[in-house]
Amino acid sequence: MLPERLQRLVDLFASAPKELRIQALLDYSRRVPALPDSIDPGDLEQVHECQTPFFLHTELDADGGVRIYFESPPESPTVRGYAGILHEGLDGESPEAILAVPDDFYLGIGLEDVVTPQRLNGMGAIVRRMKRQVTELTAG
Amino acid sequence: MTDTDPTIAEYAHPEKLVTTQWVADHADDPNVVIAESDEDVLLYHTGHIPGAVKLDWHTDLNDTVIRDYLSPEEFASLCSSKGITPETTVVFYGDNHNWWAAYALWVFELFGHTNTKLMNGGRAKWVEEGRPLTTDAPEVFEAEYDVPHGREDGRIRAFRDEVRDFSTAGGQLVDVRSPEEFSGERLHMPDYPQEGVLRGGHIPGAVSKPWKAAANDDGTFRSRDDLAAIYEDELGLSRDEEVIAYCRIGERSSHTWFVLTYLLGYPTVRNYDGSWTEWGNSVGLPIEKA
Repeated sequence: MLPERLQRLVDLFASAPKELRIQALLDYSRRVPALPDSIDPGDLEQVHECQTPFFLHTELDADGGVRIYFESPPESPTVRGYAGILHEGLDGESPEAILAVPDDFYLGIGLEDVVTPQRLNGMGAIVRRMKRQVTELTAG
Repeated sequence: MTDTDPTIAEYAHPEKLVTTQWVADHADDPNVVIAESDEDVLLYHTGHIPGAVKLDWHTDLNDTVIRDYLSPEEFASLCSSKGITPETTVVFYGDNHNWWAAYALWVFELFGHTNTKLMNGGRAKWVEEGRPLTTDAPEVFEAEYDVPHGREDGRIRAFRDEVRDFSTAGGQLVDVRSPEEFSGERLHMPDYPQEGVLRGGHIPGAVSKPWKAAANDDGTFRSRDDLAAIYEDELGLSRDEEVIAYCRIGERSSHTWFVLTYLLGYPTVRNYDGSWTEWGNSVGLPIEKA
């Protein structure tokens, strides 16, 4: 069961024709918020499984929601697109909701027609590392 | 149509390489189509050279069912849709030191479309020089492209069984992957996911020369003298014998294929596109670890 916002995104990709999927991924690549000054870049974790530099950090806010921060260069729009999807779909959700997201939620929604399988694996790596961070946040 | 820039003229086939300036000068040339081919399949859509069309190595050039390239009919249809006729000069450029641009150029030559060029330095150099990018879709008119008479697989492409015989006979095999992939320590380049192949190592008898040896940091090719020092003197590759290059899936070795064929003028060079993802996984094939 995916959080409602992420489910809407998944449905959008799954129902869109291929050309629109490319455009949608591109749109999400532009929606990744810049890293706020309150975040120390040294706290970011690199996702080595991605083929281009990609960094991730999560924190709990005052309401117990998970805030997700991403950093990656503009010349890597594909992984930025993943970040945009995950930010739009999951930022602010509860730790339980994020931990319940399957690592492979992105399979079968049509991204495989646009992105090579090897690159698509980067999304799974981001999800796994994000969930591991959330587990650590809630254990502390 | 050959670029007379002195950085180009020194190579064995100067007609195959152009500067960014040449591309800028031919922006409106009706006989030229500029094609961007990237590893990051979204990059073109963030901005490309004005007028350039996109060629996606994954969805445009490969068959979706068989691990192989397009059929001649599909190639003709692809070219038509990109405004390319058999007479059109196609200039390729892309990200990552032109890996996929060289790969796309090689695929075009499989179909006998040899009127091709590579833009030296690729996308990164164009951007670095502050030249314009646009997200405007190019104005493309459907072109006439007669279906080629089959693919010229024999001339520039090597298949597994041929490579096995070549390896047994002590032929000149060049492994252009990273040293860690060659030795068997890694299954993919450093910083890439380690996956997709069962065994690490190299084809018996292959010599290691990572593709990057042929490139400057700005993405351009090294000088002809530098290249000759590496491939002729250091590796001792003979022009009288065939050379076969391979990597993981054939894109990095397209880069080296281009260097040996067109910058140094080796007469017979083939690219083994099955490369390590085929050889390393195949039943019955021997490997060597360094």
